[in-house]
Amino acid sequence: MAEEGKFKVTIDGIALDVAPGTTILNAARQIGGDIVPPAMCYYSKLEGSGGKCRTCLVKVSKGSEKDPRPMPKLVASCRTTVMDGMEVQNITSPDVVEARKGVVEMLLINHPLDCPVCDQAGECKLQDLGYEHGADQTRYEFERRTFERIDIGDKIQLHMNRCILCYRCVYVANQLTEGREHGVIHRGDHSEISTFIENALDNDFIGNVIDVCPVGALTDKTFRFKNRVWFTKPVEAHRDCPSCSGKVTLWYKGEEVLRVTGRKDEFNEVDEFICNTCRFDKKKTADWTLEEPTPVDKQSVINANHYENFAPPAVIKEDAKLQAANVEQLARVERLK
Amino acid sequence: MARKLLLTHIDVPGINTFEVYRQKGGYRAVEKALKTLSPDDVVEEVKKSGLRGRGGAGFPTGMKWSFLAKPEGVPRYLVCNGDESEPGTFKDRFLMTKIPHALIEGMIVSSYALGANTSYIYIRGEMMPQIRIVEQAIAEAKAAGFLGKNILGSGYDLEIYVQPGGGAYICGEETALLESLEGKRGNPRIKPPFPAVAGLYGCPTVVNNVESIAATVPIVNDGGEEYAKIGIERSTGTKLISASGNIVRPGVYEIELGLPVEEFIYSDDYCGGIANGKRLKAIVAGGSSVPILPTNLAMTTAKGEARLMTYESLADGGFVTGTAMGSGGFIAFDEDQCIVRNTWNFTRFYHHESCGQCSPCREGTGWMEKVLHKIEYGHGDISDIELLWDIQRKIDGNTICPLGDASAWPVASAIRHFRDEFEWHILNPRESQTRNFGLAHYADPLVPVV
Repeated sequence: MAEEGKFKVTIDGIALDVAPGTTILNAARQIGGDIVPPAMCYYSKLEGSGGKCRTCLVKVSKGSEKDPRPMPKLVASCRTTVMDGMEVQNITSPDVVEARKGVVEMLLINHPLDCPVCDQAGECKLQDLGYEHGADQTRYEFERRTFERIDIGDKIQLHMNRCILCYRCVYVANQLTEGREHGVIHRGDHSEISTFIENALDNDFIGNVIDVCPVGALTDKTFRFKNRVWFTKPVEAHRDCPSCSGKVTLWYKGEEVLRVTGRKDEFNEVDEFICNTCRFDKKKTADWTLEEPTPVDKQSVINANHYENFAPPAVIKEDAKLQAANVEQLARVERLK
Repeated sequence: MARKLLLTHIDVPGINTFEVYRQKGGYRAVEKALKTLSPDDVVEEVKKSGLRGRGGAGFPTGMKWSFLAKPEGVPRYLVCNGDESEPGTFKDRFLMTKIPHALIEGMIVSSYALGANTSYIYIRGEMMPQIRIVEQAIAEAKAAGFLGKNILGSGYDLEIYVQPGGGAYICGEETALLESLEGKRGNPRIKPPFPAVAGLYGCPTVVNNVESIAATVPIVNDGGEEYAKIGIERSTGTKLISASGNIVRPGVYEIELGLPVEEFIYSDDYCGGIANGKRLKAIVAGGSSVPILPTNLAMTTAKGEARLMTYESLADGGFVTGTAMGSGGFIAFDEDQCIVRNTWNFTRFYHHESCGQCSPCREGTGWMEKVLHKIEYGHGDISDIELLWDIQRKIDGNTICPLGDASAWPVASAIRHFRDEFEWHILNPRESQTRNFGLAHYADPLVPVV
């Protein structure tokens, strides 16, 4: 039985008590490790986000204690709340693994795969997703859709080609600005993120669209082509900022601060949104009070040779069922070593 | 001749005007409901009638109504879904053009049952003439005292507004329709919460198809039990079928559910057989989204029983050997039609209409279209069939709204039943450009009935 006022949920065989109203994804994040479904569009700090990219699909094999029927379809874990006694299969379900592989393939068919010239490479969630769940080769043999690059203001550039339409930046703009200036135009696979007749978004916090973008569609023009992410060293720092918390990560190359971003957690979400002044204008060490080097976890590409050092998370080591489900992934890690 | 409930007076001149409609017994249901029945009684009658949603999914209307949350102090809304855009379906447009007052009367009765004081009719933007007709009908009904404050002295107030859509297929999905009605981009919402709890402007809302709402009129007039006598099992009442394709008499027909498919195609009361003395190759029973069936499976189920026009019989055999009632867009294909080309055409539609919100549908529909285009124009590879199968499987069931499923099913069924035609197309690229595959083992095995 679950604790008083809490729901018991079992994800890939690991049980946990969570507060009612928690989504499956957030419950999985509390457990951590490999069983956390990847999320490209969900952003816990943005109201209404999620449900769109379909990478976080999971199988609900038991609805709840009261109604044990399994759910007929795979569900988006970021928008499905847990019920008491719910049993969820993520990486232990072949259906989920298969569907996720399909979603990754779909996300990549119109993606230019221009990682060698993309500023996001190295910290791109799509890149990680492709490595972890994608196929080795594409089966798509047609021309990819293309767009012209658009400058949104003088500091941000939009590469629509790389966009996976996660809508995160739309939510940021909607929740920051008064008018509806930034949104999606057109429909289907020709839809594009745009500002109203390419209006520059004039807002002190609009730089955050760069941080929330999971791919290289929205990039920082002050950092453009300066360096590869993995050659820069992240350092936590803060300053006394009148408009935001002033808590940021500085990205150093040698003595020079190449760019400033919000502090991101293990799920690639910023802790707090930062203002444009901190992000674009304060690029001297003298502007900041340094704290400590940002801890970089082993999974990150920023940590050099990440695939050589890859060790299966503890969760997998302990559980024979998880090991069986991960045979393919473990074999790939072996191959990459 | 079968019983008609919706189209009884369709041939009466001027039935689109209030006077003639009233002379023919119109608005009796409003009088009966408002004067003698409580809202719950009306819901009960609709439940008893077994009426199932006529928009495609076939969800029991009475049950949908009883799910409506009724919190204190929050308005409830009824929204009529007139965004009919499924290829092959044109029954609602016909109904709204010919007898708009049937819809208005149904709206009043249904709104009364649900306790809605403001109701909307969302009509697809391309149907401008129908929008004008329905608006005219609302004005006439209002002038006659059937709309507005204190209708027929019952103390019940109701206003109905018509909202033209922008012409997007996706806005026929109920939550996308609500978004569009609120003035936003027509993206389907993620469910739950369902509209019955939080719909239009966050208030409890019921969204019903035009035909479902019109069907409440005979239900209130004659009683739910009388309505349930028509039809078979859980498919009760009459249904409008819009028949098109290679048939002698295309058009909108009102059928009693339970009519054999064979009779519907070959009887002179309905489609009148296949045009130009050709033979039937395949049918799409309920609009482009439902699986296409070859003739032998269209006429008889896999169990060997005659296939009937009911929700259950059409779905018999699941998606392996069955199809679905859908929205009643019946399309017949004769031996000269190319299934590959048709599938490509359907997929082209879904590619164009995908809202682009979730990835499998946004990218997958375009991919399927390109592969099918390649096959159709003689550049296909035999592995493309497996590829198509895999793409549709990855879309089906993995999307926010049913548009993804709807784009996957026609492709899946075409490959399942007509794989030899796809293979012929690929293996004979030159020949396939000049002639069609014609009929194979799935040819019409039956002698047409009179």
